[in-house]
Amino acid sequence: MTVAAARKLQNGTVCFVGIGLPSAAANLARLTHAPAVVLIYESGTIGTKPHVLPLSIGDGELAETADAVVSVPEIFRYWLQAGRVDIGFLGAAQIDKFGNINTTVIGGTYDAPRVRLPGAGGAPEIATAAKEVTIILKHDARSFVEKLDFVTSSGYVDEPNHESQFARRGRGPTTVITDLGVMNSDSATRELVLTALHPGIELEQVQSATGWKLKVAAKLEVTSKPTVPELKTLRDLYARTAAAHGTADRGE
Amino acid sequence: MPLREAIASHVFDGSSVALEGFTHLVPFAAGHELIRQRRRNLTLIRMTPDLIYDQMIGMGCAAKLIFSWGGNPGVGSLHRFREAIESGWPIPLQIEEHSHADMAARYQAGASGLPFAVTRGYVGSDLPKYNKKIKSIACPFTGEVLTATPAINPDVTIIHAQKADRKGNVLIDGIIGIQKEAALAAKRVIVTVEEIVDDLQAHVNACVLPGWVVSCVCEVPGGAHPSYAHGYYKRDNAFYKAWDEISRDRKMFLAWMQRHILSTSDFAEYRRSIESGVKVNSNA
Repeated sequence: MTVAAARKLQNGTVCFVGIGLPSAAANLARLTHAPAVVLIYESGTIGTKPHVLPLSIGDGELAETADAVVSVPEIFRYWLQAGRVDIGFLGAAQIDKFGNINTTVIGGTYDAPRVRLPGAGGAPEIATAAKEVTIILKHDARSFVEKLDFVTSSGYVDEPNHESQFARRGRGPTTVITDLGVMNSDSATRELVLTALHPGIELEQVQSATGWKLKVAAKLEVTSKPTVPELKTLRDLYARTAAAHGTADRGE
Repeated sequence: MPLREAIASHVFDGSSVALEGFTHLVPFAAGHELIRQRRRNLTLIRMTPDLIYDQMIGMGCAAKLIFSWGGNPGVGSLHRFREAIESGWPIPLQIEEHSHADMAARYQAGASGLPFAVTRGYVGSDLPKYNKKIKSIACPFTGEVLTATPAINPDVTIIHAQKADRKGNVLIDGIIGIQKEAALAAKRVIVTVEEIVDDLQAHVNACVLPGWVVSCVCEVPGGAHPSYAHGYYKRDNAFYKAWDEISRDRKMFLAWMQRHILSTSDFAEYRRSIESGVKVNSNA
C-alpha cells in the first residue's frame, strides 16, 4: 500500500502530506524514485526532507530540512487555497463510494457520538483545493461504508449538478490506495472502481472488505511487486523513525 | 514577571483563552498554572488541543472548546477530550468545530480588526450543518459564493517563544504556526520564553512580536515540554506516547495530575517531579 502510494509521486510534484500512512508513502517516494518531489506539511514546512518520519505534523525535523517555513495561515491561503498543490495525500477513518471521508464522529449523533474522532484538521480544504487527491487507508468493511456517519471532507456527491461539484477547485479524490488494491474514480459516474489488486490478493477479499457492491474495472490489473530497494528503503525509514521516537528523544 | 502572577492577574474564570503553538512551542507551563489556579468556565481556543487542553479539559477548566483537530498527533485519541464530549466527564464540554484553514483565517481576521474571515472552506463538508458560525457570503464583485466565519478575538492569548529581550520584544523561531495572529487578535498577551537576553540577535525578517503588544513576559525554561523549542530541545515524542496510557483511565489521569501538577508549585518543580517519576518506573 505504502509503495503503491509512493509511486503516485514524481519529481517536481507538489504534495500536501497528511500524517501517518500518507507521510510514510510521500517520504518513500522522495527517498527512492522521486528525490525532487516537493513535500508540504500543514505546519508550514515547504519542500521538507525529513531523515525520519515525523510523529506529529510539526516535528522539528520538518522545519530543519525544509526549503522554507511559513506561518499556518500562509500555508493554507497562499499555497493550498491558491492552487499551488498538485496532489493531496490524505488518510481517513471512513470512506464511501464517492471518496467522501469521515474523520469526525462514528455512531450516535454529532452532539453525542459513540466515538469522537480528532476532526477535520486541514483535510476539508486539502480535499477540494489540491488539483487531485489520493486517499490511503487500510481496507475493511468498518471503514469502507455505504453511508458515512459524517462527511468531514468531500469527495463527490451522487448528483451530477450538485453545487459542491462546481465550488471544488481540484479534481477531487481520483485514487484510493489500500492494503488490498487500488481504486480510481470513474470519470463519468465518479464512483470508485477497483482497477488493481496487489499481488496475491483475491477479488473476493476486496469485495468482502467493502461495505457496498464495489464496481470492478473490465481489465483488472495487478500492481507490480515492491522492489528490493523500495522495501529496503521503507524498512530503513521505519527503523530510523522507531529509534528516534521510541527512546532516543528521552536520552534513555 | 513570575508566571503565577501573570496568570493570576490576566486570566479569570469565564475568560476566553487561546494557548497557541502548532505542535511546536506549545505553552505547557502556562496551561499547568491555569490548572493549579483552578480556573473554571474557560472558553479554550486552539487549533490542535494537544495534550495541554486534554489536561485542562480533564481537570474541569473548560466550558467550551473552539478547535480544528483534537488528537494526540501520530499516537491516537485525546482521551480526556473524547470523554468530555462522549460522556460529559468531568463536566459537559460545548464544542465549536472548524477546519485548520478556517481557524487560521478566523485568527487572521481577529488580528486584522475585521469582523469576519473569508475562505473557500468546507466545500461539500457536513461541518457547516452543525456549526452555525460557518456561513456563506457572495463576492460583491463576481457573485461567487464563499465561506464566512467570525473573527476570533480571545480575552487572552498565551504563547511560548525562544527569547525575549529586556524591553519585552519576543523572538519566535522555527515553525511559527499561528502565534503571531493569535497574539495580535487578543486583548491581553502573555508570553513565556526559554530565556531573557540582552540582544535577540534576530535576522531583520525574523518573526518578532514587539514588546508593546505583549502584556507580560515570563521566563520559564523548558516551558514547552513535552512539545519542543527549536534550537533548545526536541519534541519528547516518548512522552506523547506515554500520555496515551496515563490519560486513558480517569483515576490514573487524576492521580498523575495530582502528583505532578497540583502537588508542585511551579514548572521547575513539575519537571523534577516527572523526571523522578521516570526513574521510579524504570527501577520498578
